[in-house]
Amino acid sequence: MKFKFLSHTADLKFKAYGKTLEEVFSNSLLALASSVSEERISPEKKIEVSSSGKDYESLFYNFLEEILFFIDSKNFFPSKILNLKIDRKKLKLTGELYGDSGEKYKIYSHIKSVTYSDMIIRREKGRWVAQVVLDV
Amino acid sequence: MENYRHDIVKEAGMNVPGIVYSSEEDYEEIKKDKTIEQVKNVAKLPGIIGESIALPDCHRGYGFPIGGVAAFDIKKGVISPGGVGYDINCGVLLLKTNLSIKDFKGKEEVFAEAMNKKIPSGVGRGSPFQITYKELDEVLKKGAKYMVEKGYGIPDDYIYCEEEGCMPGADSSLVSQKAKKRGIGQLGTIGAGNHFLDFLSVEKIFDPDVAKVYGLKKSQVVILIHCGSRGLGHQVASDYIKKMEDEYGIENLPDRELAAAPVDSKLGREYLAAMAAAANFAFANKQILLYFLREEMKNHFPEAKIEVLYEVCHNIAKIEEYSVNGRKMKLCVHRKGATRSYGPGRKEIPKKYKSVGQPVIIPGSMGTASYVLAGEKRSEDLTFGSSVHGAGRKMSRSNAVRTLKGESTRKKLLEKNIIVKSGSSRLIAEESPEVYKDIEGVVKVVEALGISKKVAKLKPFIVIIG
Repeated sequence: MKFKFLSHTADLKFKAYGKTLEEVFSNSLLALASSVSEERISPEKKIEVSSSGKDYESLFYNFLEEILFFIDSKNFFPSKILNLKIDRKKLKLTGELYGDSGEKYKIYSHIKSVTYSDMIIRREKGRWVAQVVLDV
Repeated sequence: MENYRHDIVKEAGMNVPGIVYSSEEDYEEIKKDKTIEQVKNVAKLPGIIGESIALPDCHRGYGFPIGGVAAFDIKKGVISPGGVGYDINCGVLLLKTNLSIKDFKGKEEVFAEAMNKKIPSGVGRGSPFQITYKELDEVLKKGAKYMVEKGYGIPDDYIYCEEEGCMPGADSSLVSQKAKKRGIGQLGTIGAGNHFLDFLSVEKIFDPDVAKVYGLKKSQVVILIHCGSRGLGHQVASDYIKKMEDEYGIENLPDRELAAAPVDSKLGREYLAAMAAAANFAFANKQILLYFLREEMKNHFPEAKIEVLYEVCHNIAKIEEYSVNGRKMKLCVHRKGATRSYGPGRKEIPKKYKSVGQPVIIPGSMGTASYVLAGEKRSEDLTFGSSVHGAGRKMSRSNAVRTLKGESTRKKLLEKNIIVKSGSSRLIAEESPEVYKDIEGVVKVVEALGISKKVAKLKPFIVIIG
């Protein structure tokens, strides 16, 4: 399983899984993409994405927030991320974000923000787990 | 009499006790999510005065609960962006018309479809209303007033808003480029989630004298718009949560979302000025929506007049004066999913409403009634001048999508003569009436507490969501 949605009274909460830190970040992007559009977004365009943080949690927060920034400022909706690399010492992330203009799709949700509420990023039983609540 | 006050005793680390105001039935539900823990966490913040309060429509938020009110000493206390929320100045605008429900007979579907086309959700495509960065700075400084100066309305549109549609002290230079980039293309859009534009009719008048002052009468058509500061406000919140974490740390906080700065500090003052700018964006946003609405209305009802009854803020922090233990104090009041509910006499209320108290607008769900109440003096003693902001959610979106079908909700509501328009049936499922608490119960508690009193009940007949 790449990700699953969990119950939260008013907002969106999901848990993502991965063999590596990079994979759990990539799968979190897939979870976010599936929670904004009813249709699959096709990987028509590419945007270079980079973010940084001071711990894994803030790196994760800033990474997802960067995606919300592309959605709001460019109407660019994510499909997937490739070549995602995380420098664990410097806490920096780079990757190639693929997606398309929202005008072509049935977009149904607007995510207002990433939150630190109930955020988890850790290794559990040999795999990485990330959990986040998104404000909608 | 049923007990509507549930005390949360002061534990280690809490500076004040907590109070949840709700019916006993709702309180059983409230206890099941994280609301109580969040009320306790807020009570741990420095300089909190009185109690950490949750109102009858409360539910779990992040950091602070939704439906939460917390007041802080402006010298020793803090301000927290999490106590305002990510959608700064999300709020409700109530408009009154000179039309009656009879005027819509037979026209409902055509009108609803045309309005749905006209009013942009902005989701996935931005707004047809575009401005320059220079104009955006004016919007952030002056709010709805700027849009009226530009010809998109009349002075009465902003005079009857909380803060007259312009929060003082706004500084656009304290809003990041990132926030401006997120918001510049979104002015005049509703967004998605629980945001809406509804047409309703006045079903019942409870207080004829106050209704007369507000200009409401039975069968009159009124309009409710619920939306906020879009991506701009969300980014301002997030930017300042990070800044406060960097400056003051999170080691002593029970929750990272509670990052805060002293009210009386450079960063505290900067957040207040940036928050005011985002609040002004939200006021201007609704002004443009009102402009679109009037344009479309002309096509169907050339004689129609749409006037602002009042606009209230749901997510805001303000410096307000209260009497605490017999002493007048200036406090920084955080309302996160709460409405100001001033009774008669307060200087903040428009002149016309001063003798009866400010309008308190409480939207229900797409299938249930909404209410207009009047603020009461007692709110100043109990809730730092606050009341509820809606029915309050009780079911999660994921659960709603699992158990409800948007199409069947749409059909069920159509049988009740409510037309629902949305670009997404999934969103209709997420916002179905079943996911909200019973509005009647919430209003009953508010009235029994004496923080606001019923003036009119509104029944929806057209609902437009993102």
